Amino acid sequence: MTATVTRPAPPRGPRARRRGISRQTREMWVLMLPALVPVLLFSVGPLLYGIGLAFTDARNTRVHQTEFVGLENFSRLLTDDEFWSSFQIGAIWAVSVTVLQFLAALGLALLLNEKLRFSGLARVLSVVPWAMPPVVIGLMWKLVYHPDAGVLNDLLGTDVNWLADFSLALPAIIVVGIWAGMPQTTVVLLAGLQNIPKELYEAGEMDGAGTWRRFWNITLPQLRPVIVAITSLDFVWNINQFGLVYVLTQGGPGGRTRLPMLFAYEEAFRYRMAGYASMLGLAMAIVVLAVLGLYLWRQMREAK
Amino acid sequence: MRRASQYVALVAYVVFLAFPLLWLLSTALKTPQEMALTEPTWIPREPTLANFGDAFGEQDLVGASLRSLVVALFASVITVLISLPAAYAMARYRSLINKIAIGWVLVSQVFPFILIIIPLFMILRDLDLINTLPGLVVVHVTFTLPFALWMLQGYVRAVPRELEEAAAVDGASRLRSIASVVAPLLAPGVVATLLFSFISSWNEFMFALVILQDPDVMTLPLTLVRFTGPEGVARLGPLAAASLMATIPSLIFFAIIQRRLKSGLMAGAVKG
Repeated sequence: MTATVTRPAPPRGPRARRRGISRQTREMWVLMLPALVPVLLFSVGPLLYGIGLAFTDARNTRVHQTEFVGLENFSRLLTDDEFWSSFQIGAIWAVSVTVLQFLAALGLALLLNEKLRFSGLARVLSVVPWAMPPVVIGLMWKLVYHPDAGVLNDLLGTDVNWLADFSLALPAIIVVGIWAGMPQTTVVLLAGLQNIPKELYEAGEMDGAGTWRRFWNITLPQLRPVIVAITSLDFVWNINQFGLVYVLTQGGPGGRTRLPMLFAYEEAFRYRMAGYASMLGLAMAIVVLAVLGLYLWRQMREAK
Repeated sequence: MRRASQYVALVAYVVFLAFPLLWLLSTALKTPQEMALTEPTWIPREPTLANFGDAFGEQDLVGASLRSLVVALFASVITVLISLPAAYAMARYRSLINKIAIGWVLVSQVFPFILIIIPLFMILRDLDLINTLPGLVVVHVTFTLPFALWMLQGYVRAVPRELEEAAAVDGASRLRSIASVVAPLLAPGVVATLLFSFISSWNEFMFALVILQDPDVMTLPLTLVRFTGPEGVARLGPLAAASLMATIPSLIFFAIIQRRLKSGLMAGAVKG
């Protein structure tokens, strides 16, 4: 790309114009290059390689003697009960965290926008979970959920081992997911609310629209692009969640909180099944892209 | 009546947000004897700072913090240095690569880490970079890059193109107009992006878990997890103390950049 720019005889006429454009294009390439090289080497390249690995029997320990196995990993995935259970857990987790956190954040953003007393404090607090390392959030909630030394049992007068209980572990980590993600969603929604022109509300009031009507006919439509952007991002982040749950439960008890990424991590780095784990990642990516595509497409159609 | 219910909701939110944090603080200040009581106390009876000292004794927190600091510094500076020109190009030139770049930024958020980390693990192993900090820096740069690009191109877009054109009319070369007109206006955005990348790297766990397996090279998040011990039995006091300490740098940085980050996010997410 760098050494091959020597061109024969300067072109004339319409081609000279094209050369003018190509100067700008070249300028752009030069500016892009420092980012492009690492992106290709360490991101796009590995991604394509990873997709390729999904169709091989690669194991981490002997990658250089792998064989192409076509869709074998995929058919194994389809019959793997552990995959289906983790897929189901992932879907429950991602949908409930995204939806609940959005609803809570929307309510909260509306509240904070009203400039109540303490809303300053609430705003400051909102930043905290966002800034905390996910590992610390996990450890902190482990302390809250701790069967003996935890505050939750004391508060509720119960004697439950929240994170080790087969039916309570998933709801328990969903609460943590909401706690960790809601503040960021709130801050983004709040910024969106503040960008809505005041005149719209004034006009609405003059037309005699009540609070509810103004919310339904002004706030929601105006907020729509922000809502679509943040819920899609949240969904993607949640479905790809790893660190938080790794720290909280490591996928236990009995796999009840084993999100797809934890499952994939175990396959890849405990059992060293690079090919199978890659297929798992690829399948998840396709599902996520499909869900997201459908959601964005519907949103766009409704917006028209 | 409406006000009252609003306040109830606000208080509920504040309690939900603050309670785990206060519990973390309370746990960090308890003596081992108080920790062992069957009924946990909410406020430590004899608050002590001993856990903070013990935390350093139990794990190599100083070393881990230094390593996290070095990795985060290198990763964030490199990220911003290489994404700045690219972000400028993305914001100022309209062309196919521009669209591809934006597409890649979005796609990179969607693909599960496992698809990248396995090949990356193999590449780094071939380069002898597994269990090394430079290896982690490389990974952190590639994972913070998309978002940094996104933020920075938003900031560049916010600088009116006319300013550059005016400088060009005044006879300034392109580089000169960038240096004297664009750069000063862009500085706050660059600082925000730098801090954001720094914190992302400082907090990052997943890639570090895969790349650093030797306790001697572990970063802070990995070292914190070691407090829970192999069987999940933990000395809770030091664990809480160490967790608090690990959060302080992020809190300081976020307090500084909160406003900027918000506007940067908005610029990238909505106007993009």
